[in-house]
Amino acid sequence: MNNISPTKTPVLKVENLEAWYGESHILHGMSFDVREGEVVTLLGRNGAGKTTTLRSIMGIVETRTGTIEINGKSALSVPAHKISPLGIAYCPEERGIYKSLTVRENLMLPPVIAPGGMSVDEIFDLFPNIAERLNSGGGNLSGGEQQMLAIARILRTGCRLLLLDEPTEGLAPVIVQAIGRVLKMLKARGYTILLVEQNFRFASTVADRHYVVEHGQVIDEIANSDIGRESARLHEYLGI
Amino acid sequence: MDIFGVPIQALMGQVLIGLINGGFYAILSLGLALIFGLLNIINFAHGAVYTAGAFVAWLLLEHLGIGYWGALLFAPGIIALIGIFLEKTVVSQIYRQDHLYGLLLTYGMALIIEGGFRQVYGVSGIPYNLPAALSGGVNLGFMYLPIYRGWVVVVSILVCFSVWYVIERTKLGSTLRAATENPALTKSFGINVPRLITLIYGLGVGLAAFAGVLAAPIYQVNPLMGSNLIIVVFAVVVIGGMGSIMGAILSGFLLGIIEGLTKVFYPPASHLVIFIFMAAILLIRPAGLFGRKQ
Repeated sequence: MNNISPTKTPVLKVENLEAWYGESHILHGMSFDVREGEVVTLLGRNGAGKTTTLRSIMGIVETRTGTIEINGKSALSVPAHKISPLGIAYCPEERGIYKSLTVRENLMLPPVIAPGGMSVDEIFDLFPNIAERLNSGGGNLSGGEQQMLAIARILRTGCRLLLLDEPTEGLAPVIVQAIGRVLKMLKARGYTILLVEQNFRFASTVADRHYVVEHGQVIDEIANSDIGRESARLHEYLGI
Repeated sequence: MDIFGVPIQALMGQVLIGLINGGFYAILSLGLALIFGLLNIINFAHGAVYTAGAFVAWLLLEHLGIGYWGALLFAPGIIALIGIFLEKTVVSQIYRQDHLYGLLLTYGMALIIEGGFRQVYGVSGIPYNLPAALSGGVNLGFMYLPIYRGWVVVVSILVCFSVWYVIERTKLGSTLRAATENPALTKSFGINVPRLITLIYGLGVGLAAFAGVLAAPIYQVNPLMGSNLIIVVFAVVVIGGMGSIMGAILSGFLLGIIEGLTKVFYPPASHLVIFIFMAAILLIRPAGLFGRKQ
């Protein structure tokens, strides 16, 4: 693996991460890092361990070994509710909008971890649909609205490192474009993003680097500027 | 004046008793629903906690001279603290286990609590006097209303709807609902879910103890007062819909009244009617009156 990372300090460092769901051993020594201000993707086929990696970082998968460092602090042995305060926020694949909460309650649920998060007004400018549906039940939103709410609520927290699990999955092209614009805006504002994506074409429009994941390991790293040259390799990895 | 051949005084008397019982059912099933929602534990100790509330009220009076009003505050507080201690030390050990373990553990706790009171105080029941301010009654024209019984109905309605308000309309409540619906994700936002769980266990058992204090002047203080009630309360929770707050409150009062009316029209069925009702509801709406389909 050639070292193509910029030389900034890693805000997320994962080394030799192993993780288990019950008896099944899912991650077999994941290693990668994400540096400040970067957008990095985990690419790979279904079942490669991308989602499990994010869930292990957040402590949702509890049985894990290795190293996870967030802003220089170990996240491996702290209780799950103390991981986000290290400066990290997570948007799950299934969006995780609470049906028993209104849209407003969903938006306001995550506590502010650090100053500098987006104000509610900024969020409404970014996602006008959410402003219109504040009093609806969380379960009444469309898939696209749920995705926007799931991103919006973590932007309030002031966390600068975001884990986004397939934010474009199952959404209409116009909404995928809108989410792409949001990610570019976040990048321009200096947010650091670790993105899990199946939609490689989407990923290539926002990312700086890609890690290819297979069988619970990182098997390759490709700079976004090299993807033209490396397309044959990617085809082989991803079957696209 | 008669309704279906029943004098209205008798009818209203039974409706009042139904409302009182309904108030106890509602407060107890509310606590059970809260605990089940967040801890995923069916708290079989709930009836024993209600008993303990009545005993603590009596003990406060007997040994410290603290009367009814003080007991209404201190007995639930003391029991909630004991509950918080037990949750931290014992109950929290079994969250990852099958439901059956929670049932066995809390049933064991119930047997220990009730057995302890029975051993020390016997089963004959200890009278607990009405507070002076609430003794006597008023004639409403169509019935005679003992003031204490009216007080129990009003207080239980107030307590139930205050709890409902906190759960459904406040920030703390929305955090609790989130932790109930998806604890793992809620933790990932940095919310201290284990502390919420402890808080809710304390609140649930505190409510049961509060009901016990309310009941002491009506039913006497008896080691078995809770186990007589708890089976009905479980039926109420099932009818309302497991984990539904409003369901627990409304079906608590509803079933109290249904039970009271059955006593008027066909007394032999009065103990059975709740379970017949439960079976019918489960056939028509398996998730309960207010439950969401899983």
